[in-house]
Amino acid sequence: MAEITYREALNQALSEEISRDPNVVLMGEEVGQFKGSYKVSEGLLEKFGPEKIVDTPISEAAFSGLAVGAAMMGMRPVVEFMFWSFCYVAFDQIFNNAASVRFMSGGLIHVPIVFRGPANGGTNVGATHSHTPENFAANTPGLKVICPSTPADAKGMMKAAIRDNDPVCVMENTILYNLKGEVPDDDDFVIPLGKARLACEGSDLSIIAHGRSVQVALQVAETLHDKHNISVEVLDLRSIRPLDLEAILQTVRKTNRVLLVEENKPFCGVDAQIAYLIQEHAFDHLDAPVKRVSAIDVPQAYSKVLENFQIPNHDRVLAKAMELL
Amino acid sequence: MEGIYHDTDLEDSQVFEDKPVVPLGETPSVKDFSALPVNQALEAEEKIRLYSQMLRIRRFEERSLRAYQQGHIGGFLHLYIGQEAVAVGSVSVMSGDDHIITAYRDHGHAIAVGMDMDECMAELFGKRTGCSKGKGGSMHFFAPDKNFWGGHGIVAGQTPLGLGIAYALKHRKTKGACLCFMGDGATNQGAFYESLNLASLWKLPVIYIIENNGYSMGTAEARHSAGEPLARRGDAFDVNWSVHHGHDLYEVRAAIKDALDLARENSSPSVLEIVTYRYRGHSVADPDQTYRSKEEIEEYKKNKDPINLFRNKIVSEGVLTEETALQLDQSAKDEAEASAEFALASPFPEISELMDDVYWETDNPDESLSSGQMFFESSR
Repeated sequence: MAEITYREALNQALSEEISRDPNVVLMGEEVGQFKGSYKVSEGLLEKFGPEKIVDTPISEAAFSGLAVGAAMMGMRPVVEFMFWSFCYVAFDQIFNNAASVRFMSGGLIHVPIVFRGPANGGTNVGATHSHTPENFAANTPGLKVICPSTPADAKGMMKAAIRDNDPVCVMENTILYNLKGEVPDDDDFVIPLGKARLACEGSDLSIIAHGRSVQVALQVAETLHDKHNISVEVLDLRSIRPLDLEAILQTVRKTNRVLLVEENKPFCGVDAQIAYLIQEHAFDHLDAPVKRVSAIDVPQAYSKVLENFQIPNHDRVLAKAMELL
Repeated sequence: MEGIYHDTDLEDSQVFEDKPVVPLGETPSVKDFSALPVNQALEAEEKIRLYSQMLRIRRFEERSLRAYQQGHIGGFLHLYIGQEAVAVGSVSVMSGDDHIITAYRDHGHAIAVGMDMDECMAELFGKRTGCSKGKGGSMHFFAPDKNFWGGHGIVAGQTPLGLGIAYALKHRKTKGACLCFMGDGATNQGAFYESLNLASLWKLPVIYIIENNGYSMGTAEARHSAGEPLARRGDAFDVNWSVHHGHDLYEVRAAIKDALDLARENSSPSVLEIVTYRYRGHSVADPDQTYRSKEEIEEYKKNKDPINLFRNKIVSEGVLTEETALQLDQSAKDEAEASAEFALASPFPEISELMDDVYWETDNPDESLSSGQMFFESSR
């Protein structure tokens, strides 16, 4: 066990899996010589050479589709998007080809591929670079989607994603890249997809979140504990599809009050589905309507003042939590 | 005609020399490609087989059209009638190491690689016995055991996939190349140019074959594309390119063989434009009355029908008798008819089977690595 950053955890996962399986390659813009736009792949080119760490031109449709074709042939490519926002120019390759080839071939083909990169706001890069398409991916049968929120999860879930035989979209977060945490150094430290994590235990209110919103939820839990003596349970979904519905229902049955927090825009966001599932399966356990904090429903703003309000922040989440108590 | 053939890589270009280009509508090539070694090597039996393959595709397509009109086939049905020599000629020079992928007009390629008429027709009927268990339909046939990677519905969406197949071959240092078929309409999609750039930059053994049938759906080439010939666009990326006649099976074989040699020996990509023609509308739903004349279609059928031309050729070579030709035709019709009967008699998929073939993991629960809920509305 060592304390490392989320970025280093991803780097370790990539390095270990490339060493483990000759079919694994990392490709994307600036992943090699430049060492990664966010330095996630730092040192990998030196270690594995250009056949495994493949610098691509700015050409998402071609290299995403190339990776899908290679995966159909049995390779296990890891495709880095500098930002998940850039997947929009490769939409057909991910959402048609990677997602549907297995089904359309009646199960003759499978696509063991990972698409990864940051999908978050909060860095003042404006509307085109701040998309959080986990809801798009989760809305597409054939794709899996995960949003690790800690360094340990980043490593363990990335390794699981690379070993997975289906397409997995890994949504990271540039703000989390510097987050430090304890991470096992075991080469076989793999966290199965579809298992939520109880980030903190509590009894008065459940906050269910994914991605960086988990960190915000934990801060709010601390405030509520310190200032209002309220006990908050925080459930980190970790994986959106597959979804740990049991863990969701368990915390709802325990606290009977639920606040959902996510950086997704609200309409058809991930939490719209979670709210539906809660009312369907645990209606009688609810003492209050399910509440939600998502991004403010406009294109992502550039200005710090606007964007810091737009994405779920401590004060907005706290205010919504108070409405439930 | 100046620049009728052009190759940017002089060292690689030798094999392409003397390839004529005749735009659609002009006089057919007078060059006799039967004298080339690739065609000289053909045994009589093999020539008859190639002829039969083209006939089988045509009769299959005609039978599927009838089934569509009878209401047994839904959705779209893009027929390959008129283009048969392209798929059959191309596949005939592939080795077991080579791979093939195409767009939505895929029945001809499927039959050419050896897919059974029964499984193809049953797929069109949406039956469980179809090649994709009724889940893919007309545009999405696959046979990975025959190195046939589909059958793709989005125009040019398969062009990066073909690149990826070539990439995997090269990365693993295995032999072979990928033939990636596309229509003339696909040449205007960005994914194609991005793919050409990477194909050239990384020297990948992929051959883009533009089956130019003159129309991007109902839009004639002159109305959809600036700059002719379309294959010349390879120039911008230093990719070898050339233009060929798709009505001459011998010419198709020669062109593909040359490109395959380049891909196998130098890992060089190519763009081949093969000028051909489709007799039916873009799909069966296309009434085909707004954008071309009946005379144009009849003219092509009369002068350039690939099956007739090849039959005449091998009859004159003494390989085929008229009697055998008739027998082969009857046999192709019978086979197509039997496939329709097979499809009709086959069961539809069970509703519970809807949930299969989405994720490898849910299809293989014993080897599942993860947990949690994968489906949120289920048929079982």
